[in-house]
Amino acid sequence: MDYFYAFVIGGGMCVIGQILIDTTKLTTPRILVIFVVAGAVLTGLGLYEPLVKLAKNGATVPLPGFGYSLAKGSMDGAKDGFLAAISGGIKNTAAGLTAAVVFGYIIALVFSPKSKR
Amino acid sequence: MTSKEKELNNKPEKEVAKKYEQYVKQFTPRPKYFSNSLKAFFVGGLICIAALYVQNLLMDKGLSEKNAGAYVTVFLICLAQLLTGLGVFDTIGKFAGAGVFVPITGFANSMVAPAIEYKKEGPVLGIGAKLFSLAGPVLVCGITVSAIIGIISYFMQ
Repeated sequence: MDYFYAFVIGGGMCVIGQILIDTTKLTTPRILVIFVVAGAVLTGLGLYEPLVKLAKNGATVPLPGFGYSLAKGSMDGAKDGFLAAISGGIKNTAAGLTAAVVFGYIIALVFSPKSKR
Repeated sequence: MTSKEKELNNKPEKEVAKKYEQYVKQFTPRPKYFSNSLKAFFVGGLICIAALYVQNLLMDKGLSEKNAGAYVTVFLICLAQLLTGLGVFDTIGKFAGAGVFVPITGFANSMVAPAIEYKKEGPVLGIGAKLFSLAGPVLVCGITVSAIIGIISYFMQ
């Protein structure tokens, strides 16, 4: 049943993205920003947590899940004091961010641009 | 000439323009909303299922849910970046649209794609700067919002 919800919720978020691409003139970076900020704000309001409990990776793998991890980190940190409230967001996403930067740098060094097929 | 006369004189031109617009509309291809959404739904859903499957495998081996989730994210990011480097990601993206751009794979792709494109400008100002040309706005907005949320929840306790 977990797999079913992961499929439907994850796919549903992609459909929202596809509709935004097709029907509005929003550029890709704006859509990415909208998704991440929406995920963070919904988490702050307590609306995203139930979705994560229900769909697991279906809610954490799409971009709103990145906003969720950021906001969750700061909200958890807020219990330990002001400094943890500020640093919690990046701390919670540090693994993914570091991997993206380091591996991305290596990939860009190794591969050269290709003509689009 | 009074304004009314002007309006009357312009009327035929406007009608012609309108007719022309309708005529053009017949021949411009409309985006296939339904099939695009369907593709995005299936590909995006499959990525989430694969992520859940790998996470369950890792948790069976004794990793905590939080660590397993982090490993899955790292794995997805590395895979997407490798595919971008090989030039395959664009082909998949053309088919699946938002299905691969909304999951975290799209974020990984948005970092590497411009970095490879501007490789000629050098390892610092080319790759180093362009890694964040698309990801930068996402990180700035995301981190700002999360810090604000953290501060609010600190003062609300």
